[in-house]
Amino acid sequence: MNRQAMILYACMGALLLGVGFFQSWNVALAILNMGLISAVMSLGVNIQWGYAGLFNIGVTGFVALGGLAVVVVSMPPVAEAWAAGGLRVVLALIAGTAAIAVSIFAWRRIQAGPRRAAAMIAIMVVGFFGYRWIFDPAVSAIEAVDPASTGYLGGTGLPVLLAWPVGALLAAGAAFVIGRISLGLRSEYLAIATLGIAEIVVAVLKNEEWLTRGVKNVIGLPRPVPYEVDLQQSPGFIEAAESAGFGAMEASSIFVKLCYMGIFLAVLLALLWLCERALSSPWGRMMRAIRDNETAAEAMGKDVTGRHLQVFVLGSAVCGIAGAMMITLDGQFTPTSYQPLRFTFLIWVMVIVGGSGNNLGAVLGGMLIWFFWIEVEPLGALLLDTATAWLPDGNPIREHLLDSAAHMRYLTMGLILLLVMRFYPRGLIPER
Amino acid sequence: MDFLNAVVVLGNFVFFPALTYGSQLALGALGVTLVYGVLRFANFAHGDSMAFGAMVSVLITWLLQGMGVSLGPLPTGLLAIPVAIVATIILLLAFDRLVYRFYRRKKSAPVILVIASLGVMLVTNGMVRLLIGPDERRFVDGERFIISVREFKALTGLQEGLAFKTTQGITIMTAVILMVLLFLFLNRTRVGKSMRAFADNEDLALLSGINPERVVLICWMMVAALATIAGTLYGLDKIFKPFTFFQLLLPMFAAAILGGLGSPIGAIVGGYVVAFSEVLVTYAYKKVLKYVLPEQLEPTGLAQLLSTDYKFAVSFAILVVVLLVRPTGIFRGQTI
Repeated sequence: MNRQAMILYACMGALLLGVGFFQSWNVALAILNMGLISAVMSLGVNIQWGYAGLFNIGVTGFVALGGLAVVVVSMPPVAEAWAAGGLRVVLALIAGTAAIAVSIFAWRRIQAGPRRAAAMIAIMVVGFFGYRWIFDPAVSAIEAVDPASTGYLGGTGLPVLLAWPVGALLAAGAAFVIGRISLGLRSEYLAIATLGIAEIVVAVLKNEEWLTRGVKNVIGLPRPVPYEVDLQQSPGFIEAAESAGFGAMEASSIFVKLCYMGIFLAVLLALLWLCERALSSPWGRMMRAIRDNETAAEAMGKDVTGRHLQVFVLGSAVCGIAGAMMITLDGQFTPTSYQPLRFTFLIWVMVIVGGSGNNLGAVLGGMLIWFFWIEVEPLGALLLDTATAWLPDGNPIREHLLDSAAHMRYLTMGLILLLVMRFYPRGLIPER
Repeated sequence: MDFLNAVVVLGNFVFFPALTYGSQLALGALGVTLVYGVLRFANFAHGDSMAFGAMVSVLITWLLQGMGVSLGPLPTGLLAIPVAIVATIILLLAFDRLVYRFYRRKKSAPVILVIASLGVMLVTNGMVRLLIGPDERRFVDGERFIISVREFKALTGLQEGLAFKTTQGITIMTAVILMVLLFLFLNRTRVGKSMRAFADNEDLALLSGINPERVVLICWMMVAALATIAGTLYGLDKIFKPFTFFQLLLPMFAAAILGGLGSPIGAIVGGYVVAFSEVLVTYAYKKVLKYVLPEQLEPTGLAQLLSTDYKFAVSFAILVVVLLVRPTGIFRGQTI
């Protein structure tokens, strides 16, 4: 870490301390925790963009898959729903996968021509209708099981921390499929394919109620840390809080956030260490060589498409971990909250501002941009409020401007992205 | 008779809606493909350029309606389109001067321009949301139908009716006229030919004295006009909502890639293929099958292949197949 980076990190710390002193420690820790998660996400995007120049605008989808992992791993299974149609759903999914596998096999085995086209269409049609025939009754049976509180299969009831690597695996699996299809072609194709997969992942999470309860949301996800209510009732904790000069309510909330912070920091530092090691290894040198001149690297015998696939999968896996961490922190899974602005474009702004190609830069960008994302809206609303204070209450212009404060974010994010790219293209902490 | 009824149902719910949607997509994909051909990057801001143009149309329509101006049976929105086109041209040219030109002069990698277009997309989207808000706006007026269900039934005596909306008629007509004009422009006029030459081989075009800035200027003007018309027609036919135009990006790009990025004829074919696949796959065939199949074979469910919530999966599937089978698209090797 050089001097510039140290100064910038110190500034970031000072901003958080300022919020702690002037607003509240609870707010400061909440910003820090989401900031750490954002830092993991921007680390993931930086692996793809900074190391290899791959353009992924489907970050939302990979983050959402991480969130799905938390539901699938940590929620208790719904025995009735499993009895109603669990095995049938599993069978349907196996049948669907088998149909795809058979079609890939046929594609490889049969020579190109009308025969192959006919065979492919036949396999796909039979596979699709077979899948729907097994799948549909099972889904209606599962969704009919106590729809107000369950109506889905539930999870496996395993510890929630296990969901984080599972989230990484889910995201990596999706990335592998997308990468296999679209890497090695024009660079825009990957961007468009990732845009598509993100929309589809979110649509699946919203609509497949048997899996995620859809728009009914999954609430009350298990936590890796103690609950505030339990702490407030434990005499030892109250005593310790009082001796530190806090009320039990505030202290319990701060304590829980500190626990989360510890776990998140550990994950972030571990990932950062791995990334730094990877970047300074021969593998990292090769990645940079490929990024800077693909043709030359290929001429040197490097498998450009293969390496791209590898790095794309790794970066997406990191985004998946971040998604799982976020849902663990929130304690609830709300598919409608996966907006591309929040989880794709914001992350891109973080990476570009922080300094693409530099891990420390990406982490700083993640925390800093998150800080402003949270603090700018109240500031903007305050600004608009004072600017229009001379207008009477209920004046249409004043009302319209105050209502639009929330949309300022789009404009601000776009402007920051354009300005930084133009005038400060190497970011806050440039690549060495 | 039953067979005719089934055909009418298909026409009413599949053929005409898909033809209309396909025209809108084709106009949108033409904009994407023109930018790709001339400026050589995938313009992710195109959806929001459409939103901006449509927004100006909505605002002007409201103004005209307030003044009591109307086009009689036709929607007032048509009168607003020329003004909206001018506004969108100004916006896109401003973005070109302020953003894209810098990277073009520097000869940056296309992916940098793509990221810049993301920034432009966010800024445009923010402007639209600030000016008109994120909600749905309906601004269609005038005669609703060219042929309504009741008229059709009275005319033919069939059990099922075929409604042909005014907005559908206008969309299809406008799209055909615009496509003809575009091809006449590209193939017959000097400027159009210089544009094709520039897209085909930049260095050669420069050597033969074509002014690149002029080509770029005309390209943006055409793109703005196409985007505004496509956006306004989409808004008239369905509804205006800022977020839907971001969601149109995927089908538009799927259409442009299916036809071959940079090929106008490809974009048009692609637009219709994507639209028809989307509607055919997400339509519930229960009503059609009721007429065609004997009574005991009638389906109990909706007989829908894919729920409409997954219509984007259709564009995506088309995209995947193209990337796997023929990454250059149908009309490969051609640029504008």
